Amino acid sequence: MRVALVDYDSGNLHSAEKAFQLMGREAGAEVVVTSDPEVVARADRIVLPGDGAFPACRAALDAVDGMTEALRDAVLARGVPFMGICVGMQMLADLGHEYRPTEGLGWIGGEVVAIDAAETRAAGLKVPHMGWNDLVIDHPHPVLEGITTGDHAYFVHSWQFRVANPAERLAHAGYGSAVTAVVGRDNIVGTQFHPEKSQGVGLRMIGNFLGWRV
Amino acid sequence: MLKTRIIPCLDVADGRVVKGVNFVDLVDAGDPVEAARAYDAAGADEICFLDIHATHENRGTMFDLVTRTAEQCFVPLTVGGGVRSHQDVRALLLAGADKVSFNSAAVANPDVVAEAADRFGSQCIVVAVDAKTVTPGKWEIFTHGGRKATGIDAVEFARLAEAKGAGEILLTSMDRDGTKSGYNLPLTRAISDAVGIPVIASGGVGTLDHLVEGVTEGHASAVLAASIFHFGTFSIAEAKAHMAAAGIPMRLT
Repeated sequence: MRVALVDYDSGNLHSAEKAFQLMGREAGAEVVVTSDPEVVARADRIVLPGDGAFPACRAALDAVDGMTEALRDAVLARGVPFMGICVGMQMLADLGHEYRPTEGLGWIGGEVVAIDAAETRAAGLKVPHMGWNDLVIDHPHPVLEGITTGDHAYFVHSWQFRVANPAERLAHAGYGSAVTAVVGRDNIVGTQFHPEKSQGVGLRMIGNFLGWRV
Repeated sequence: MLKTRIIPCLDVADGRVVKGVNFVDLVDAGDPVEAARAYDAAGADEICFLDIHATHENRGTMFDLVTRTAEQCFVPLTVGGGVRSHQDVRALLLAGADKVSFNSAAVANPDVVAEAADRFGSQCIVVAVDAKTVTPGKWEIFTHGGRKATGIDAVEFARLAEAKGAGEILLTSMDRDGTKSGYNLPLTRAISDAVGIPVIASGGVGTLDHLVEGVTEGHASAVLAASIFHFGTFSIAEAKAHMAAAGIPMRLT
């Protein structure tokens, strides 16, 4: 099995690479960090990480010639299992509002809006939402196998994905109001938190993703 | 509910842990990678490396440490010490750091924080604020390991760091650091209440009650300590259990 971690010059791929390698070892998975659309096109699993601001990530992804086309073809036309992480998950939305309205990939309906600073501040909470928060599972999913409500994951973000179809929000965390933690439909999943930084819970999800039969 | 974080901090010089780490079962207690792995296994919520005499000559050693740590630790790693530019931030992030901390460079030129936050996002930019009491209720920023006064008000500077895009403040009380007499609570509370970003309390922890006070009285989002953990006075699990018993939400593993 070939796992492609899409490198579009956005953030720290080293941690994600090591976590996928660790969990892929048993399955004999080959993990490659790549900015080559042809490598992505041949992959059996695709992971899109992302750190930083939504518009900068979107621009950086578009700047890799042929990458969004390769992703669309693999994920939408051929059903290759896909995982987005952090901004890589947020970019699944129709629209992001960070700095300025920016189109997402539009694979999971909804918009990325600010965590309401006034609301959280009134509740004594800080933004960014930074640290370990407990997950509430909304809908069971093969990638969440073995993960239960109350398990912790590591979040760090100031913007959140408001999912249009409640069936596509698979898990959330409480921070003032409910913050989307995991999204998914068909062969697509995304996590707001960092599975590669969430110890056993995150590693388990990565293992589940590698073994996922859509 | 978001949990309060416990962050063990390792002071590193020339690739070795300074002051040593007194864990059993460590083959090489002076190796920061071994120590970080032990803290990961012990349930630390994050790990912090501070390069205490960062010079250009030994940067390669730090990158190597960060790379090796990222291969084995699956909790966030913050690295600070000698970070001067967004190029330094990028190099550390590529090596495997999750957050990078500015200190003296941010005091000399706060725009360096904005440049780094614009490029890499606020979530990975920490500003370390080292403050000393000048008169009761008034704190000043010191740089160069607490030797150099700047005349800059600590609360004002924390607000400026937030405005420039810092995602978090690592606040160290220079009066308390190394004293084991507890965090400087009025300082911690003044800064925590002045900014909307998380504040990590640092400097002075000697007992588990000090960790509790940092949160309940200092309003910190996370507590950092070094020697109480390194010397095995308390384990991470004991600290978490103590804080949870005091009513603070903790991630118990």
